[in-house]
Amino acid sequence: METFTDNILAVLLFTDLLLVGMSRLSGCISLVAVQGVLVGLLPLFSPEHVNPRSIVFFVVVCALKGVVFPVVLSRAMRSVNARREVEPFVGFGWSILIGVGILAFSFYQAKQLPIPSALVAGTMVMPAALATILIGIFLIVSRRTAVTQVLGYLVLENGISTFGLATVSGIPLLIELGLLLDVFVAVFVMAIMIYQINREFDHIDADRLSTLKG
Amino acid sequence: MIPSMWPIVGLIAAGILAGLTRSSAKVSGVVGAFGAILSSAAGIAMALRMLLKGTPEQGVVEWSLPWGSLPFGVDALSGFFLLVVYLLSLLAALYGYGYMAGKPPGRTGMSWLWFNLLIASMATLFVARHAVSFLLAWETMSLASFFLVGFENEEKDVRRASWIYLVATHLGTAFLLAMFVYWGTAVGSFDFAQFPRIRDFGPYAMGIVFVSAMLGFGTKAGFYPMHVWLPEAHPAAPSHVSALMSGVMIKTGIYALLRTITLMGDPPPWWGWCFVGIGAVSGILGVVFALAQHDLKRLLAYHSVENIGIIALGMGLGLLGWSYRQPAMMILGFSGAVLHVLNHALFKGLLFLGAGSVLHATGCRNLEHLGGLMRKMPITGTTFLIGAAAISGLPPLNGFVSELLIYLAAFRGATQQPAGLVIPSLVLIGSLALIGGLALACFAKAFGVIFLGEPRDPRIGAAHESKWMMTLPMLILAAACFAVGLGGVLIGPVLVLVVANITALTPEVVAGDSEWLRTTLWGVAFAGAGLFLLVGLVTAGRNLLLRGRVVSRAPTWDCGYAAPTARMQYTASSFAQPITLLFATFLRSSRHGKMPRGLFPAESSLETHVQDAAVEKVYTPAFLFIRRLFERMRVFQEGRVHVYVMYVGVTLLLLLFFAL
Repeated sequence: METFTDNILAVLLFTDLLLVGMSRLSGCISLVAVQGVLVGLLPLFSPEHVNPRSIVFFVVVCALKGVVFPVVLSRAMRSVNARREVEPFVGFGWSILIGVGILAFSFYQAKQLPIPSALVAGTMVMPAALATILIGIFLIVSRRTAVTQVLGYLVLENGISTFGLATVSGIPLLIELGLLLDVFVAVFVMAIMIYQINREFDHIDADRLSTLKG
Repeated sequence: MIPSMWPIVGLIAAGILAGLTRSSAKVSGVVGAFGAILSSAAGIAMALRMLLKGTPEQGVVEWSLPWGSLPFGVDALSGFFLLVVYLLSLLAALYGYGYMAGKPPGRTGMSWLWFNLLIASMATLFVARHAVSFLLAWETMSLASFFLVGFENEEKDVRRASWIYLVATHLGTAFLLAMFVYWGTAVGSFDFAQFPRIRDFGPYAMGIVFVSAMLGFGTKAGFYPMHVWLPEAHPAAPSHVSALMSGVMIKTGIYALLRTITLMGDPPPWWGWCFVGIGAVSGILGVVFALAQHDLKRLLAYHSVENIGIIALGMGLGLLGWSYRQPAMMILGFSGAVLHVLNHALFKGLLFLGAGSVLHATGCRNLEHLGGLMRKMPITGTTFLIGAAAISGLPPLNGFVSELLIYLAAFRGATQQPAGLVIPSLVLIGSLALIGGLALACFAKAFGVIFLGEPRDPRIGAAHESKWMMTLPMLILAAACFAVGLGGVLIGPVLVLVVANITALTPEVVAGDSEWLRTTLWGVAFAGAGLFLLVGLVTAGRNLLLRGRVVSRAPTWDCGYAAPTARMQYTASSFAQPITLLFATFLRSSRHGKMPRGLFPAESSLETHVQDAAVEKVYTPAFLFIRRLFERMRVFQEGRVHVYVMYVGVTLLLLLFFAL
């Protein structure tokens, strides 16, 4: 089973790198949806194998991250007429290089973390989770449009889930579901915000929302 | 719970009810004011019972936070301060009910909430026996009074005053927090019962606690130069709130200092010198700055600084008597200070209520515009006169008694041996004499300008006497000033109890050494009665002489001017000018205006401004420096979401990298 987990995580890392280098917003949304489904698959291959808990989880995660979020975000994107990420703070070439750097850092750092190996299935879990979290933060920092920022937030959350779902004893189901609910609400609010901001200011560049600062 | 906490619960409940019913000014006013009055009456009864019976109460309230249960208690020291707080709160609430009529309803309802919370937090402060409950009450008190100061927050000056107050009080609390954390971790508990163990840690630890207590509690008490918030906040607040803040809230600083000293015990002499020095500076500079003010309530606020100075002088002598083992001096000094706490609450409350009455009737606080109000507002005028005489320390009123006790302590000290005792006593005698003289001059100015002569501004002419809700508290306070002045003997045993509490001796031991206190108080009572007799005789003689003769009223001699106007009178500034000139070094007042020129001078004008030296020389530069320092930090404040998220990310990375 560990090989399955490792394969899933390898694909997850691959989507991370793709996401960093992609400028088309619809592509980014699809990639994040794929990531969400991949994360939902993880508990099925955890050392506890298939049990009601992991099935419930898989269904909920797939429905939310695979269907609901992409639909909401696509609609928000269409309604504000944003197709591409134009002129990010960090160019796409550099972004990919930094993404690779983050990956290397995560692999190095994961070894340093004092986590008992019995707790984590597979050697890939820690690096993949760390890398996904950091790449999520990097996306939020380096991109201009509000849609990408929401995506960055989702990627960050995927990283956290990866860690939670792949550990043996795991985090209680209730907390995981609570976390999902949080993300769900957050995405909704942000989508509405994007729409409203666009209506008020005719753009959704988070960069230009700084006129209110003191 | 102990019985003394029930009035506090009543106050909080009444306050919340008043806040909830704020849509109707009438209902919230009745609920807030009469809730405060009833609870305060109950509180007075309990405090009196405690002081007369003399048995301390102890109790514990269970608390689910990590500090376990919170102990509460009432001893003679707490009981005395509770009595002062409830007494003035009761009268201020009645006055406030009349004063707040006609103000916008929503705001008055909320102000009653803060008013009741302010009283409740002060009372809680006096019964708290745990650092956590003490600091909670302290902060509630600061915030409640902050909201009360900002009552008329549509005015720019009021907003400025309330911000200054908030910053000052929190700077003070910062020292207190440091003090309690240091003290609590040293002795291993935040329960006051464990605090005396600080003695095991040597004089250095006690010195740290003492200095931070002086800075923290001194800010609230209004010691010079931490007094800067006082002259800003008192004029801005509604008058019954000013009376409460100046009369009792600043005394919480004195209470806390006394409590700190009690908990530590056995003071080294430098504490006493410290108190005498700060007291002398606060007293003299307070009254000098008061002399130069044009705003009535600002003038009264500077007098609070002066009176806190007098209290500090008394405490200083008490401490010195304690350090040098001079029981008579210790008892006289402490009882003078404690009695002055009560006295200042009475006459300063009275004066602020009187100022509020004048403000209510004329809409004017500026001394240069007032005048001739004695005929229009006889009750306010007479009670203000009594308060002015009391604050100037004239017999047979209450201010005289407490200042006399402090003088006697100083005379005891000046005739003893070590120089550490003689020099502070001599400093005290000199400075207290100077303070008394200047205070008298200042109130001669204030009373004369407001109530005598003619109105200096035509708008003042329409003034009228206030309603009974406002005059009754003033009458009661004026009567109390006489009562304490003549009946000091009755208060003697209570003072003995309180001093015994402060010095951790048994009342019997203190009573044995309080020969001087008793004889003095009896002497004061006899002298007061004699003075009354003399005044009666003189009045009777005058009436006898005038009988059968024609008595007529005529205008004051007007120097032969053909058409005198009210503007030819002495103004407040011109009256005080000889004295302010003497202290020009401290006052540094700036003058603008045009001097009259030529044989037939046309337009001319004069304006003077007094800037507080402490503000000008200490606080403004210090805050400007801090501001410049923090302006450099603005580089980090980009105002972009991306950058802030990057800070978070970088911090996480660094933590991951270095902390693990």
